[in-house]
Amino acid sequence: MADALIFHYEVDGENFTSAGQASVQVKKNLRQLGFDPETIRRVSIAMYEGEINMVIHAGGGVADVTVEDGCIRIVLTDHGPGIADIDKAMEEGFSTARDNIRSLGFGAGMGLPNMKRYTDEMQIDSAVGVGTTITMKVNY
Amino acid sequence: MKVSELAALPEFTAVTLPDADREITGVYIGDLLSWVMGRAQADDAWITIMSNVNVVAVASLADTACVLLAEDVALEDAVKETAAARGINVLSSPLSAYGIACRLHSLL
Repeated sequence: MADALIFHYEVDGENFTSAGQASVQVKKNLRQLGFDPETIRRVSIAMYEGEINMVIHAGGGVADVTVEDGCIRIVLTDHGPGIADIDKAMEEGFSTARDNIRSLGFGAGMGLPNMKRYTDEMQIDSAVGVGTTITMKVNY
Repeated sequence: MKVSELAALPEFTAVTLPDADREITGVYIGDLLSWVMGRAQADDAWITIMSNVNVVAVASLADTACVLLAEDVALEDAVKETAAARGINVLSSPLSAYGIACRLHSLL
């Protein structure tokens, strides 16, 4: 198997308007690598949702995207407040985002469900007061 | 139909048209950005009243053909520049979201 390609991004927790830069960069990189549009769409939407979550809830974090044989792996790590009830957080429509976030069009409670919808595997490791790591896999 | 053909109609005004030959194959209406990312299809015309910069990111990542701003919603210059730089077509119209959808129904 060829060496895996790894992309590493820092997600700025302060700047809401620049949120999405890492996802847009991933989209560009995958396009240059010749991935089909639907795979690119799935990876970049899942990653964007994760990025937005890290900005809204965790004050930023890091994203690592690895292109492996047969799949693209996305690992999002933050040191935010953690998720108290993961099952609840996975319900469509459940959100703890503040009103100012909602006025921007986010906080609909669709972020984590979308990440699951667009990926083949998703695992959430979270501890309250410690942080959250989300690992997603998109097969191609 | 192509985005450029839509932009040529009297009910629509081009705000940015960096990718004018893009083909529209469907329509999605929504203002909650995650909802749009979850449901909109690639090559949809996306009708919304949201105008912040995140709309540009969502349009780019969801790969919609264009953003259609209903009810004459305007984009700030900085958002317009970002849309142009990222290759995102944006049109505006005085019509409501429903009005735009009806118009598109007769065109697609």
